[in-house]
Order: sequence, then C-alpha cells, then structure tokens
Amino acid sequence: MTPPEVTRIDVRKTYKLYIGGAFPRSESGRSYVVADAKGRFLANASQASRKDARDAVKAARAAFGGWSGRTAYNRGQVVYRIAEVLEGRRAQLEAEVRDATGLTPARARGKVDAAIDRLVWYAGWADKIAQVTGGANPVAGPYFNHSAPEPTGVVAVIAPDDPLLGLVSVLGPVLTTGNTVVLLASEPAPLPAVTLSEVMATADVPGGVVNVLTGSRAEVAPWLASHMDVNGLDLTGVDDPVLARTLEASAADNLKRVRRPRAEDFADAPGIDRMTGFLETKTVWHPMGI
Amino acid sequence: MDNVFDYAPAPESRAIVDIKSSYGLFVDGEFRDSAAGHGFKTVNPATEEVLADVAEADEADVDAAVKAARRAWTRVWSRMPGAERGKYLFRIARIMQERSRELAVLESIDNGKPIRESRDVDVPTAAAHFFYYAGWADKLGYAGFGPDPQPLGVAGQVIPWNFPLLMLAWKIAPALACGNTVVLKPAETTPLTALLFAEICQQADLPPGVVNIVTGAGETGRALVSHPDVDKVAFTGSTDVGRAIAKAVAGTDKKVTLELGGKAANIVFDDAPVDQAVEGIVNGIFFNQGHVCCAGSRLLVQESVAEEVLERLKRRMGTLRIGDPLDKNTDIGAINSAEQLAKIRELSDIGEAEGAGRWSPACDLPDHGYWFPPTVFTGVSQAHRIAREEIFGPVLSVITFRTPAEAVEKANNTPYGLSAGIWTDKGSRILWTASRLRAGVVWSNTFNRFDPASPFGGYKESGYGREGGRHGLEAYLR
Repeated sequence: MTPPEVTRIDVRKTYKLYIGGAFPRSESGRSYVVADAKGRFLANASQASRKDARDAVKAARAAFGGWSGRTAYNRGQVVYRIAEVLEGRRAQLEAEVRDATGLTPARARGKVDAAIDRLVWYAGWADKIAQVTGGANPVAGPYFNHSAPEPTGVVAVIAPDDPLLGLVSVLGPVLTTGNTVVLLASEPAPLPAVTLSEVMATADVPGGVVNVLTGSRAEVAPWLASHMDVNGLDLTGVDDPVLARTLEASAADNLKRVRRPRAEDFADAPGIDRMTGFLETKTVWHPMGI
Repeated sequence: MDNVFDYAPAPESRAIVDIKSSYGLFVDGEFRDSAAGHGFKTVNPATEEVLADVAEADEADVDAAVKAARRAWTRVWSRMPGAERGKYLFRIARIMQERSRELAVLESIDNGKPIRESRDVDVPTAAAHFFYYAGWADKLGYAGFGPDPQPLGVAGQVIPWNFPLLMLAWKIAPALACGNTVVLKPAETTPLTALLFAEICQQADLPPGVVNIVTGAGETGRALVSHPDVDKVAFTGSTDVGRAIAKAVAGTDKKVTLELGGKAANIVFDDAPVDQAVEGIVNGIFFNQGHVCCAGSRLLVQESVAEEVLERLKRRMGTLRIGDPLDKNTDIGAINSAEQLAKIRELSDIGEAEGAGRWSPACDLPDHGYWFPPTVFTGVSQAHRIAREEIFGPVLSVITFRTPAEAVEKANNTPYGLSAGIWTDKGSRILWTASRLRAGVVWSNTFNRFDPASPFGGYKESGYGREGGRHGLEAYLR
C-alpha cells in the first residue's frame, strides 16, 4: 500500500479588528461570512459591536494628542512608511483585491499600485497643507495675525466598497493631517482593510491612531455617528440615502463635521477637499509694539 | 466704589435717524407688506419704548423672497462679471461709510449697545467687510478653490441680535462677492439696521432680488433654512438652533456654515502685565454687555496672582459706566431683551445657589429698560453651570490654575471651541498655549479683535466654517 500523496494544507488567517494597536476579535464573539466576487467563502470576519465601536473611539481619542502633536514632517514619514510596507505586499494585496472584486490580475495590480501611490501623495501633503490653506492675515491694525489648519480630532470613516484604492483614498487624507481615525471597512469586502491594519501596525503608526472595524454598516455606523466624542464623520461608504440622512442627523448632536456621500471615481486626482473637510482653522492674534 | 470723576451727559443726537412707524419686507428690490399682514414690534431695550411695527414673514413671504433671489441669480448676478459685482460691493461699503452716523445711532437704539461701540466697532467693521470682499469678487480663481470656482446659488442667512449690522455684513458681503444672491433674516429684536441696509442697496442700485431681507422670529428662520430652493444655509446664533438646523438639512445638498456659542477661557499667567490683562478681561466679558459668542466668560487666572488680579479687576469694574446707550461715555448699555435679561438673571442666581461668590460694583441702573450690572463670580468650579453654559451677558466666572498644563486642560474642558485668550509676557508660552487650545480664534495679550481679513469660527460645538478672510469664501463657492 502506497501512502497517499501529501498536499500542504494552507494556514489560513484569522481576520480580526484593529483597536488601540492590538488585534482583538469582536467582544461580541460574532463573525460574518465574507465571500469572493463569485460568492465563494473567503473567510469569517469579525462582526464589530457597539462596544467595539466605543472602544475604538476611546483608543482614537487617547492617541489624538500624540499624533496631532507630532511634527508634520514626522507624520508624513509615517504615512510614507505605510506605502513602503504595502509595496512589499503587492502580491498579497493583488490577490485580495481580485478575490473581492473579480478584477483581472492586471487591473487588480493597477488598483494596488494606485492605492500605494495615493498614500505617497498624501504623505507628501502632511507638511504642505498648512502653507497652502493657512497664512498671514493683513488686519487693519498693529497686530500679528495668522491662520493655520489643525486636525478636527477623532474622525469616523465609513469606507467605500472599493476595497483598497477606495480605502486608502478615504483614510490617507484624514490620517496625514493629524486626525485619529475609527474606520468601518467595506461590509462585503473588508479583508484588504484588515491587511492594511497589519501593515500599519508594523509601519510606525502609533497604536490607536487608526482603528479598523469590520461588520455591518447599518449596525455600527449609527453608534459612531451619535458618539459624542467623535468630531467628524465621513459617510463615503454609505450607499443607502435613508441611512446617510439618519447618520448625518445624529451627527448634528455634537456638530460633527460631516462629509456626505457623493458619486466619485477614486481613480481621479483627489484634490484637497478630503483633507480640508476635517481640518479646523485656528487664527492667532498678537499686538505689535515695543 | 464711588466714581472718581463726574461725567456730564454726552448724548449722541438721535435726530439723525428717521425711524418709520412701520417697515415691510424687502423683496425683489422693494418694500412690501407680509402676505398675511402679520407683524411684530421692535423696542428700544434701554427704554422699552416701541420703535416700529415690523412685518413678519411667513412661509409664503419667504418663498417669494427665495423666488426673487433665484430669479436675480439666474438672470443677473451669476452672469455678471466679478469685477462688476465687486463694484456694487464697493458702492455699498462707501454708502455705509457715508451713512455711518445714522447706522450707529440706529444700531444703539434698536440693540441697546453703547454708541461708542456701534460707532467705533460695528459700523466701520461692517463697511470694511464689504470693502474687503468687494475686492475678492474678480479674484476668486486665485483663492485656492480651483481655477474657476462657481457660486452656489441662493443663500439663506439667519443672523443674531448681538451685532445686527456687522453680522449682516459677515453674511452678505462674501455671499455676493462669490456670485450668490441672498435672503437674510435679521433677529426679531434688532431688525432696523438690516432694513436701513435694504435702503442702502436701493441707493447703490443693486439689481432687485440680489439682497432680500425677511423679518420675523424663529418660524421665519425655519421656513428660510428649510426652503427647498435654498442652496446654502449660513447661521449665527445659539448652539441649540444650530443643531436643529444641522438636523434639518441632513440628507440634502445644502451647504451649511454655523457660527454658534462659546464659553471662552481667558487665561492669565503669573507673568502677565496685570493692568493690560485687566483691561483685556474687561473688554473680553463686558464688551457689548457680554452679548458676544466669543466673550471671555471664563477667567482662568494663575493662583499666585489671582488675588491681585481680582482686586484690580473689581476696582476697574467700579469705574464702568452703565446707562444710556446713546451717551458717548457709556461703557455698558442695555441688555437686548427682557427674555435675555431673564436668562442672565436665572443663570446668575444658579451660580449663587451652586455656591459661587457673586460680586457687582455698586451702580445705579435706570428705572426703565433691561439692565444687568457687570458681575463676577469667584470660587467657581468647572462643574458649575456658570462655568459650562453660555450666559451671553456681562457675567464672568473666575477659575484658578497652578500650571500651564492645568490651564490648558481647564480651558479645553468645554463642548465649545470658539475663542480663547492668553496673557503672558513670555512669547514661547503664548505659542505653546495657543497650539494646545482647541479654539478657532486665540487672542494673545489682546481680546475681542475682529477684522475682515481674519478668519473667525469655531471648533467642536461652536460650529463649522469660517467667516472672514480668504477662508470665508469657501462657504459660498463650489
């Protein structure tokens, strides 16, 4: 009797949340099935709960002082480092994008490359946006007066379904400007977001600066929209107009800055409004005299 | 404390202003009655004398005004070259300067603020705002919002009663410069300078419908901001109303800017020049009777100098002159309305009941009108309502701190984030502190300065968007 031919069994990955620099499962113990573009089982992803969302906000708030207080140069280097580490994982990301979208290998590769390039673009903005949007104000009196942008605070981002390029296109601008982030990944295609979390954990992004949740938008997004310690809300990934309106109305309770969903092609040049939408302008006065 | 000097009365003549017995709505370049014939009275808060009957716009009136604004936008204003739009704004600025005495007297009569402030701050700054934005009208492509930014359309604007003409200027000047037309609702207690401004638009031959003024109270404002053909909502007022507006426009395409309440910390470090700081504290909280969203209503003073600062502050408060807003020596005028006076009294009583120490200088208040003496509360804890809620009156809450870090912590311990003040002789400490304060305007070694070129607006629950400067254009462009 000849022994059966041994084929190696894959070591599969457990897809978890990313909160405060750690990778917990949902405290609820729940998961949901993530399928590929043809409906085949890919993985069980964590199904985040209200408590997970609140833990993520808490981690993001704790990280805000440190991240926003870093020099812009340093933040730019950290965002650039994410792109560097992603570059080394292009094959993995290409496979994940193909699984999630059913794109051809060449087009999936194009998405990965564009996503990495987008992060490089935003990395370079970290120490330039203040010069572009701030400056000296020539007031009619003997005063030094100048305005500069500052990050809004904790921003909750509902990511779009474009699983990688869309993801970095919404994360990059809020991160590079010094906000801390609670990101709810694409509900049907969350796996690239989990991989991006693993990249950030090894790319000098301090724990808590970006927190990634996977799960149901209809369940989790309302907790983020109504959370009184969240300062901004990006609704890009909310396709349902009724849900979008409800979330925007909840966000009004503490006057969150809200970016409404709109049709956009992430292949286009992004412009700077994703950065300026989550920046505040601070104006400082001082008398001149001897 | 007795006044050191006796002052002879120095009243500004009110003869320069011709207040009509009744006013209509300003729609499509003309004054007209409200469709339903409803109206309200505006009173002089210093005397309780009724000044005029003013038309109250209902939904139909607001609709007519929005239609006029839309028509003017489509047919005239959006097609006009920026250089020509700008010339209308320059004209308006000049006419405001020409009629500045009239505007200042009318503002003080309708609002209750001292003539010194309406004459030296409100009116000149309002005119300057028009002059500033006039120059932007043909330069928008250089403002950093793309090479060919476009107006939004019709702007619905609702303004408060504390700086009636100045807030009108903050709203209308950038909107028009960017090519929008406007429907503006002034506050129900202070409609008169907005209606005089309507006459100025007529004198400037501004095309009909570019500026429409609808008078009324909350219902009128609600009809305006929720009108489906309004593209842009701009509001200055309370955080509660701002929240309601943000909810009402959720899910629409309307662009919104909100300039809401504040509870600013005015931080005095132990090395601050005390006399200057005391002047800054007084200006911070007693300017305009404290009816200022960015008022320095929380004095954070370093423990080691608290006693001295308070003693000198009280002495200075004893010299403030309260009374006739038209008297050129008056420092503190009338509270704008009976309703606001009741609110200030209520919160001050709560301050006392919660255990803070209340002090006001001895001062004679007039028999008629709405008055509240300058008041300081000591021994205030951060949990006290007078340390958390916007009083919007001449009431200062004093809190002490020991270290700079504690000052920053306490200053930021508020849902608001509009403004803050820093008093110290040390430059590095100013910049260290300013960078940590979560507030949109930081005055260091000064307070309550405003300029058309300087962006103004809040963090957190003080609202969003900026008014003034290049930044102020963004709210009115796509």
